[in-house]
Amino acid sequence: MTNVAFKLGDDISTDVIYPGRYMATVLPNETPQFAFADYAEFNGKLKAKKVPPGSAIVGGKNFGCGSSREQAVSTLKGYELIIVAEGFARIFLQNAINLGLRLVTAPGIEANEGDNLEIGDHQVKNLTTGTVVDIVQLPKARQVIMEAGGLIPFTRKRLMEEQQKGARKP
Amino acid sequence: MGMTVAEKILARASGLPAVKVGDVVEPKIDLAMSHENAALVINQFLEVYKETGFEAKVWDPSRVAIIFDHRVPAESAKTATNQKKVRDFVARHAISKFHDIRGDIGGICHQILPESGYVRPGAVVVGTDSHTTSHGALGAFAFGIGATEMASVWTLGYAVNIEVPATIMINVRGTFPPFVGPKDLILHIIGRLTAQGANFRVIEFHGETIRKMATSGRLVLCNMSVEAGATAGIVPADEETIRYLREEAGVANSVTLVPPDDDASYIQVLDIDVSALVPQIACPHTVDNVKPIDQVAGTPVQQIVIGSCTNGRFDDLEVAAGILRGKKVAAGTRMLVFPASGRIYQKAIDRGLVADFMKAGAVVMNPGCGPCLGIHEGALGDGEVALSTTNRNFKGRMGNPNSGVYLCSPAVAAASAVTGMITDPRKGGASA
Repeated sequence: MTNVAFKLGDDISTDVIYPGRYMATVLPNETPQFAFADYAEFNGKLKAKKVPPGSAIVGGKNFGCGSSREQAVSTLKGYELIIVAEGFARIFLQNAINLGLRLVTAPGIEANEGDNLEIGDHQVKNLTTGTVVDIVQLPKARQVIMEAGGLIPFTRKRLMEEQQKGARKP
Repeated sequence: MGMTVAEKILARASGLPAVKVGDVVEPKIDLAMSHENAALVINQFLEVYKETGFEAKVWDPSRVAIIFDHRVPAESAKTATNQKKVRDFVARHAISKFHDIRGDIGGICHQILPESGYVRPGAVVVGTDSHTTSHGALGAFAFGIGATEMASVWTLGYAVNIEVPATIMINVRGTFPPFVGPKDLILHIIGRLTAQGANFRVIEFHGETIRKMATSGRLVLCNMSVEAGATAGIVPADEETIRYLREEAGVANSVTLVPPDDDASYIQVLDIDVSALVPQIACPHTVDNVKPIDQVAGTPVQQIVIGSCTNGRFDDLEVAAGILRGKKVAAGTRMLVFPASGRIYQKAIDRGLVADFMKAGAVVMNPGCGPCLGIHEGALGDGEVALSTTNRNFKGRMGNPNSGVYLCSPAVAAASAVTGMITDPRKGGASA
């Protein structure tokens, strides 16, 4: 069971998730303190560890639009949050896969803060309201990166394979 | 079946005779650009090599470009230390396309790449910046990626598991009315497509208006294509591209154009006539909240910003200076001008534009991203409004969530500086 810790609308930009003025902080383990920094209450709850790992943020369409800043992903990954949204912007989606932040694409998702969700392989059920929506699966090309544990282990494996073959890809 | 420009480029770069939408390819990268966030790329790159027993080595240092622009000069010890770390890496790995904080070769990455001749038609360009789409203006396939993906590119020299995106064709015809131009066109397009209308897609620009448009204008269109969610924006390269590369970017060697096939397939086609287009304004807090200027004219403005990777080029400054010349920035309004590169700044000095701005009361800052992303200068106060030629107006973008940012063309920004309120430049800039 997944509790909805925060509910947001459409077009949530990476400036909202991780404001530009904190971009001098780059190392993934240092970024969580600035998650949703302009939403003082939610940011406070996160820092006070009042949002348990595995909690969900529910968003609308085009979640993560705007800047390619990877801090917008590492900041949420730091709390092991799950992002359930009607859709994700391309770069944010790819960054999340690369860093292992769990995203669930669920068009039509409706939930309020405090609701409990049951996130299955194919559907998200809102246990509080009883509504059920289908999950859009990630394309295979992206799933393999998830399954490798993220892009760093994936790339490391490729590097080792290519070095062993003694030749780089032409 | 024929191929779009993106399909042709991805096929060539992946060593395949042809690709189609949805194919998964691994294109070789011609140019890999980062800015200050190279500090994070370095961290992730070293992580890739950890415990492999191999020495960390960039696949091809001549194809890596690093340009400092987001926080120049450094606003904090932390940024300065990150920049130092990047400089050390650049020296150790012999990365030659490095543009430090300098008055001659420095500036914003999306101006430095084209003006230095680093981008060619048909190239695959990746950048750890969403506005990397800009470089499609030269007929390249250019897209933004995250820092970890860049670390992967630095290691392997190609991008892994890229799906060939579908392409939207936008045909533009007609002649722009006075004081209306590329910025108004792209804002209009984003308003029509919405902020996610081109997500996971490429926008290919066609039509007589595009053919007649200078590369500086095409850069505006491709730069902001990402604001409709596009993976890339592309203007197929033509004679104007060759002119730009020869005359403005110092490219002497041969240039190969990559036009789309006549029977290429497009997922959507949009036709636009600019003959009756009016100045467009993107209102807070999303870029697709676009209105014709008459709906917001008269809104008081405390800060005017002219600059950025979208509109900090010489012709942008020329239009703005032409409107401001002999006039004054209104009391209660401050105006900040950020040329996009040192080269542009120097030309603006030589042609007297900087004097025009200063006499009018504007402050001309050093080239860089400046207030666009609210990092270290030009922040807004609570309740203040900015009118800016930049590309984003998300809540908090200019450093304060309790403020609002309107986006516009350089002509609208200059006319509005004189009155202190959003003003239609076609009405003389004297009053709203």
